[in-house]
Amino acid sequence: MPEPLETKKEKVSLVERFFILWDRIGILLAFIVVCILFGILTPVFFNPLNILNVIRQVSIIGVIAVGMTFVILLGGIDLSVGSVVAFTGIIAAGFQVKWGGSLFLSIVIPLLIGGGIGFLNGFISTKGGLHPFIVTLGTMSIFRGATLLVAKGRPISGMSRSFRFIGAGMIGPIPFPVILFLGSVIIAAIILRRTVFGRYIYAIGGNEEAALLSGIRVDRYKISAFTILGFLSALSGLILTSRLNSGELVAGEGYELDVIASVVIGGTSMMGGEGGVYGTLIGALLIGVISNGLNLLGVQPYWQMIVRGSIIILAVLMDKMKRRFRTA
Amino acid sequence: MEEVILEFDKLTKKFPGVVALDEVSFDIFRGEVHALVGENGAGKSTLIKIVTGVYQKTSGEVFYQGKSINFRSPHDALQNGIAAIYQEFNLIPALTVAENIFMGHHFVRGKFVDWKKMEEEARKLLDFLEVDIDVNSRVRDLGVAKKQVIEIAKALSHNAKVLIMDEPTAALAQKEIKTLFRIIRFLKESGVTIIYISHRLEEVYEICDRVTVLRDGKFVATKPVKELKVEELIRMMVGREVGERFPRVSHTIGEEVLRVEGLTRPGVLENINISLHQREILGIAGMVGSGRTELLRAIYGVDPWEEGKIFIRGEEVKITSPPEAISLGIALLPEERKTQGLILLLSVLDNLGLPILPNIANAGFIDEDRLKQIGEEMVEAMNIKTPSLYQRVMYLSGGNQQKVVLGKWFARKCDIYLFDEPTRGIDVGAKVEIYQLMNRLVSEGAAIIMVSSELPEILAMSDRILVMREGKIAGEVNREEANQELILNLALGGKNHYARTP
Ligand SMILES: Nc1ncnc2c1ncn2[C@@H]1O[C@H](COP(=O)(O)OP(=O)(O)OP(=O)(O)O)[C@@H](O)[C@H]1O
Ligand SMILES: [Mg+2]
Repeated sequence: MPEPLETKKEKVSLVERFFILWDRIGILLAFIVVCILFGILTPVFFNPLNILNVIRQVSIIGVIAVGMTFVILLGGIDLSVGSVVAFTGIIAAGFQVKWGGSLFLSIVIPLLIGGGIGFLNGFISTKGGLHPFIVTLGTMSIFRGATLLVAKGRPISGMSRSFRFIGAGMIGPIPFPVILFLGSVIIAAIILRRTVFGRYIYAIGGNEEAALLSGIRVDRYKISAFTILGFLSALSGLILTSRLNSGELVAGEGYELDVIASVVIGGTSMMGGEGGVYGTLIGALLIGVISNGLNLLGVQPYWQMIVRGSIIILAVLMDKMKRRFRTA
Repeated sequence: MEEVILEFDKLTKKFPGVVALDEVSFDIFRGEVHALVGENGAGKSTLIKIVTGVYQKTSGEVFYQGKSINFRSPHDALQNGIAAIYQEFNLIPALTVAENIFMGHHFVRGKFVDWKKMEEEARKLLDFLEVDIDVNSRVRDLGVAKKQVIEIAKALSHNAKVLIMDEPTAALAQKEIKTLFRIIRFLKESGVTIIYISHRLEEVYEICDRVTVLRDGKFVATKPVKELKVEELIRMMVGREVGERFPRVSHTIGEEVLRVEGLTRPGVLENINISLHQREILGIAGMVGSGRTELLRAIYGVDPWEEGKIFIRGEEVKITSPPEAISLGIALLPEERKTQGLILLLSVLDNLGLPILPNIANAGFIDEDRLKQIGEEMVEAMNIKTPSLYQRVMYLSGGNQQKVVLGKWFARKCDIYLFDEPTRGIDVGAKVEIYQLMNRLVSEGAAIIMVSSELPEILAMSDRILVMREGKIAGEVNREEANQELILNLALGGKNHYARTP
């Protein structure tokens, strides 16, 4: 048999690579166009202060979106992230203000709790055979209630200077939350691409049964993904509490929508198995930029919601069309 | 002179990096059963998908009843009387038989579904096919054979003049194939033209009038089946001599590696006893639905069972999940490649790597070079036709997909291989390659349980044969005394005093 493998190999992987690149560049392109548009409409947009403001804002959602990428790649979903932000935020504020003021405890305990809630979400949905949509709908309510309970119905304000660094500090010209966000993007990208854990996430999301029969411990990976997401939600809770200088009762409300939108706009399939965290980065930035631009233009909040919703649908439609083009 | 119903003229189809069809020209007569054969990836499925509008041709022409056609979708093709049964089932499990048959063209009265009429018409069709299926039962409750019949009824519900069948027997057992052939003969008499794709050459000789051979996307020949010797047909398909079709090598059987005692899962498996030895190939024959697949899945820890014991190398084990089975050196090649064997979205390399990733990783990081090297070895050893290691598995032809599933387990050395229909949908040449790989595994000391519906394969490759019927082991036959009739008798429940009943 002749060996066509060698000669054909380069050519096709180039084509494949082109499509993969095109997959990413599509969203990137939309992002650039939107930026330029806002830049023309309102000159303040490109002001460095505004740009810093936007990416700092985006970081809070973005950190969670990185974790959500893992869960959605597995074909799952988590609605409880906003409540986890509030609950871990209030715990952090509690340790800062009421329970001794230890910086160490007010960081570590919330992160552990966040991871724990994620673990619980994953554990109940896999071992109990429930759809994570239902389980996290439950925990979403539970931890919003728990937040109110711990706070006794009032926000907890007044953090220490060192704690405030998490949300408001700068390293050189770059806000610390941005470093946390980009850091988690890079680490997640490396995990997804280079580790067994990452490859198995794609495998399970692509075909759970085949993954199981190949000897992959499916439940373990799912629980891990939810745990990572819970942990990152807690990180977001720390950033938010630190930035607001207060543990707020309504913190994180509605975050799940922006988080899921970021992931999906970034090209990760809700069916699982396809996508990645760089897309999520752009997705989160796109959403942030749109809110910011519309604010600067003085567009009414109602209209903002309508515009945002339309853009989400449009972005996903374009993604779909690209995919069809790819398989043809 | 026969009347031409379909004609292909320099038909070409290119996919990125692959020429699936290269200037293919031949024709099909009205009312004949026309076989389309060729190796995996030869372009058979692509050709029919162009006819039915699933794919668009790159160049060339297709003439249907003298007119050039270019359907945009299977819907267009159906409207014009061309129906196809694809390599995979396209039925909706939760709906009834009648609904599935008329899917896409429900009978309506006003705005509502006309159930009575639909059931009536469905019953008429099934009567016409002379099969006994309740039109109100749900498709998920039916066996493979009946599903296949429903696919046929669905195709006929469009008054198809041309019916294309892509490997319709791949999931069927002997007896069900007989029914299918009866239906095909019957349709032929009613004037329907049939294009029949299969890797089972016996079938081509039994049911087809003419055969067209494709190789690497190119047309090789169209011949009346009667004028063609099987050796010649195989040579045309693979372009070389294949030699022995079942290259069995005998090995000295070693000690027992797996023993199953009294395995029972009510309603599915009953008191199963098996003893498997090193360097042994144990064949398991039986009808579809006789519990063969369930047995393998029980041993592998996928499905729970209630009573019984499993011993590995003399030690009793409790296997409750596939990872545990694998750590004991057991591998399962599942029955359905698309839903159980492969991650279609991922690349050839990613799929081949699935079971071995943890073994070639440092602190969780994959050794990419090593992975690539193993991938290349496997593609070479299994002769997998793919433009690159990074091609998504979903774009490979059916048989090459099957080779990837196999390659996955050859890449990870195991002691006990459970093979469920290992050569389903695989071409003659590749089958031989797989048998040789099985021989290699055995010579390296492994043991194999092979479930297969292809009797010639079971007869030729097994050291011992177990026949299952209705969840029980109906008999055990030695290699020397085994023959087709004996096994069929056991599988169907006929009495036979030659067989030892354990
Ligand atoms: N959608 C697609 N994209 C890219 N390549 C494809 C696509 N579909 C088929 N191919 C390639 O075209 C060639 C012909 O495939 P086809 O499915 O027609 O083979 P086949 O003769 O039906 O094989 P088998 O007997 O294994 O089913 C193969 O090399 C396959 O990898
Ligand atoms: Mg095919």
